[in-house]
Amino acid sequence: MNLADHLPALQVALPLLTAPLVILLRNGFLAWLAALVASGVSLGLAILLTQAVLGPGVPEYAVGGWQPPFGISLNVDGLSALVLLLVTGASTLGLAGGRLSLRRDIDNRRAPMFYGAWLIALAGLCGIAVAGDAFNVFVFMEISSLATYILIAAGRDRRALSAVFKYLIIGTIGATFYLIGVGFIYMMTGTLNFADMALRLGDVIETRPIIIAAGFITIGLALKAAVFPLHIWLPRAYTYAPNAVTVFIAACSTKVSIYVLLRFNYGVFHGNLLGHSDLFSVFIVPLALSGILLASAIAIYQGNIKKLLAFSSVAQIGYIALAAGLATQAGLMAAQLHMFNHALAKGTLFLCVVAFVLTSRSANITKLAGIGRRMPWTMGAFVIAGLSLIGVPGTAGFISKWYLVVAVMGVPGWGVPLVIAIIISSLMAVVYLWKFVETAYYGTPPDGDVSAMEVPLPLRVLIWFAALANIYFGLAPRLPIALAESGTSTLLGGLL
Amino acid sequence: MLSTSTLPLILTLPLLGAIAIACVGRWPNLRETISLLTAITLAVLVFSWFPEVSDGARPRFVLSEPLPGLTLALSLEPLGMMFACIASFLWIINTIYSIGYMRGNDEKHQTRFYICFALAIAAAMGIALADNLFTLFLFYELLTLSTYPLVAHKGDAKTIASARVYLGVLLATSIGLLLPAIIWTWVATGSTTFTLGGIIEGKLAGPAVGLLLGLFVFGIGKAAVMPVHRWLPAAMVAPTPVSALLHAVAVVKAGVFSITKIIIYIFGVDFLFNEPSAQWLQFAAAFTILTASIIALYQTNLKRMLAYSTIGQLSYVIMATVILKPLAEVGAAVHIAAHAFGKITLFFAAGAIYTAAHKTELWQLAGIGRRMPITMAAFTIGALSMIGVPPTAGFVSKWFILAGAFQAENYIAIFTIIGSTVLNAMYFLPIIYFAWLAPPADGVDMNHGEAPKAILLALSVTAALTIVFFFFNQPLLDLESQLVESLPL
Repeated sequence: MNLADHLPALQVALPLLTAPLVILLRNGFLAWLAALVASGVSLGLAILLTQAVLGPGVPEYAVGGWQPPFGISLNVDGLSALVLLLVTGASTLGLAGGRLSLRRDIDNRRAPMFYGAWLIALAGLCGIAVAGDAFNVFVFMEISSLATYILIAAGRDRRALSAVFKYLIIGTIGATFYLIGVGFIYMMTGTLNFADMALRLGDVIETRPIIIAAGFITIGLALKAAVFPLHIWLPRAYTYAPNAVTVFIAACSTKVSIYVLLRFNYGVFHGNLLGHSDLFSVFIVPLALSGILLASAIAIYQGNIKKLLAFSSVAQIGYIALAAGLATQAGLMAAQLHMFNHALAKGTLFLCVVAFVLTSRSANITKLAGIGRRMPWTMGAFVIAGLSLIGVPGTAGFISKWYLVVAVMGVPGWGVPLVIAIIISSLMAVVYLWKFVETAYYGTPPDGDVSAMEVPLPLRVLIWFAALANIYFGLAPRLPIALAESGTSTLLGGLL
Repeated sequence: MLSTSTLPLILTLPLLGAIAIACVGRWPNLRETISLLTAITLAVLVFSWFPEVSDGARPRFVLSEPLPGLTLALSLEPLGMMFACIASFLWIINTIYSIGYMRGNDEKHQTRFYICFALAIAAAMGIALADNLFTLFLFYELLTLSTYPLVAHKGDAKTIASARVYLGVLLATSIGLLLPAIIWTWVATGSTTFTLGGIIEGKLAGPAVGLLLGLFVFGIGKAAVMPVHRWLPAAMVAPTPVSALLHAVAVVKAGVFSITKIIIYIFGVDFLFNEPSAQWLQFAAAFTILTASIIALYQTNLKRMLAYSTIGQLSYVIMATVILKPLAEVGAAVHIAAHAFGKITLFFAAGAIYTAAHKTELWQLAGIGRRMPITMAAFTIGALSMIGVPPTAGFVSKWFILAGAFQAENYIAIFTIIGSTVLNAMYFLPIIYFAWLAPPADGVDMNHGEAPKAILLALSVTAALTIVFFFFNQPLLDLESQLVESLPL
């Protein structure tokens, strides 16, 4: 076995083992640097894994040489690779772009602990994506959640404490529901390994514990994924977290829960439980639809740009859940592509917010009036990412919207109303983004000062790199499409 | 033989111009030289394709293929060739005019103005060269977004409110109606490529065709078919060069051009002629022509009156297209050109009057002909062209449209055109009469001369072109007759 075969394990082990080392560093800058390097190397590992998935494929990894289903196994397919890219990319973007902002938000003495927690969250999220069994998913989910609570509460804004408490309670309920479901399945099948579970579930289908397990798991994960109306923890957590943390968690944490949802519902239940996919659709599609419409409407009335973007995230999660709930091949493609593209757009937008708050010290839209004239570069990137969020052609957002609309049109009888809902929501996205863009360009700054005040060049370069990625993946989206195709064929593998 | 790889240059040239303008924004003379040079180079590049396309060449260039079968591709065909020629050529004249206007009125943010202008032209070129609906949609949205800062140029509360109407109507219709129409076409036919003869036939039939046509016509809000015309009067808050080139030529023509292109290349003229569910469009066009003309009668502000006149004239093109007879299709294409020359002259004149005399209302214009003879002479020529009096450009296109209407024995079209001609005369002739012959109104300052030379040069050229086009239009007719070669007379 050469080193390349250990990639799936390294992906988790590297940030997890770097975390304690980072805590030992006594200097905020060094800790940041070490975390950035670890996160960057993780991104590199994710890219290597992606190449392997698209090329020869990644063999199942048996931890410690114990063969599954008895040992712990790590699996990497197209869907995992997509999630790994998102998680490591968002972490690197947040750390690289958040240097100045974090220096202000985090006390220097506590900075090493903060960056340690960051790496643990990264390790947990990566772990969820590579774990091959349901229990380890739970373990990594808890690791990442606990670390995320610390990250959100670490800033100077004390409102973050009550926000994170809410998140903690709801997150724990979600995780507990998930664990109850997994427990039931273990009781009936005696296995925790996903692949093994899918095989053995055939013997016990239509027994009550399995049906109850499916319910618990779906609702638990929907809570963690902030599917409307289970989203109540999300807006405040995103708003009061340190800005750089928001870049990280907004881009990937909910996506990871959706990843587990897809894995369980399609990889395990779909082929075994009769009529499960219908039930799943009936449960998730109305919720997704109300999320798409209501959360967008709520976003219009937000006065804080971070909260506005947070509600927009709830609506966008609705798109992903809607596509996933269609239980068709086209729907799954759309869901995975939108996970990728939305992370790209939202990550860029929150990175711009980092820059805005860095210079004007407020995320209040009225206080950010005129910021477009004072920070033309950052605002330009914001507009590009905003267009991607709306789904204007030429940007990444268009690609997934296109897949979504084509997938939705294939739904017998409901095609047209669903398309209309998507369009209405897109138009509302135009409204809430334009509300900010107009104030930013044409509003009068509160103190009347319109002199230029851009953020330092490296941050501007990073922001534009992220913004141009939105355009690149809108014109040449081969990579996410290839990953999503690979993911779809594994998820629906037994059925096609 | 030009290489097809120069096609993307038509797009990138104005983009590069925009970047260069941004870099040298601190030096106005250099900035405006670059603007002008970009415009001239672009026009040379576009016109160098004219002979080949006229000889039947159809160059095509694929930029990228984001989704299988969904390409970002450019191609030149007669209609797009003509649109690109008009827009790029008038951009030169408009740049000269802009220099005079922006300096004469001491406008702020001039660098932003020239950057956005170049971007808007790039988007217009993209629309002209679009090989399929997807590419068309991309540049259509880009045109909306790049013109927004131009409309909101002044930056005060009233302007912002108008600009919001502009953006709101155009984005809402394009995302809400045009995009679904494109996706529907894609799902139904598996293609979005413009193909001579259309791609719908055999894939859709009955009321669905009429509905799809409706999504396209109202989704392309830039064509200003009522009731989605509100953005055009709202856009009049922009500086006059913007109204002149963009809201009389590039933007609005992009709208009717797109509809014409979609009817010819997506629906197919023959197919649509035999489809009863598509007949509603000529009523919509007729209604728009007559209503807009009547509203124009009641306007007291010069630019708003011209805006409503534009709305009416745009629907001429749509009406001509839906007569669905060869002569009328040629008439539709020629009217895009003819109206462009006439209307840009009128707007240039309106801007000249504003710059020299700060007059915007019609009643203030009494007797102004004696103070500004060159400007008002140009205005008169433009107005005559709107009415369709020979020897002006407007007569040529009206001739073809009427000939097509008689060919099709389409009496709705004939009566609409006659009625509209009368209405046009009713709102233009009094202005001409008062401007030349009436004494100045009380309390109106008459101590002004002509506008700056750059402005006069620009409007003289366009006025001359309006007349030249009447005598010299054969190359364009040859080009556009290729559109309809395959159709039975």
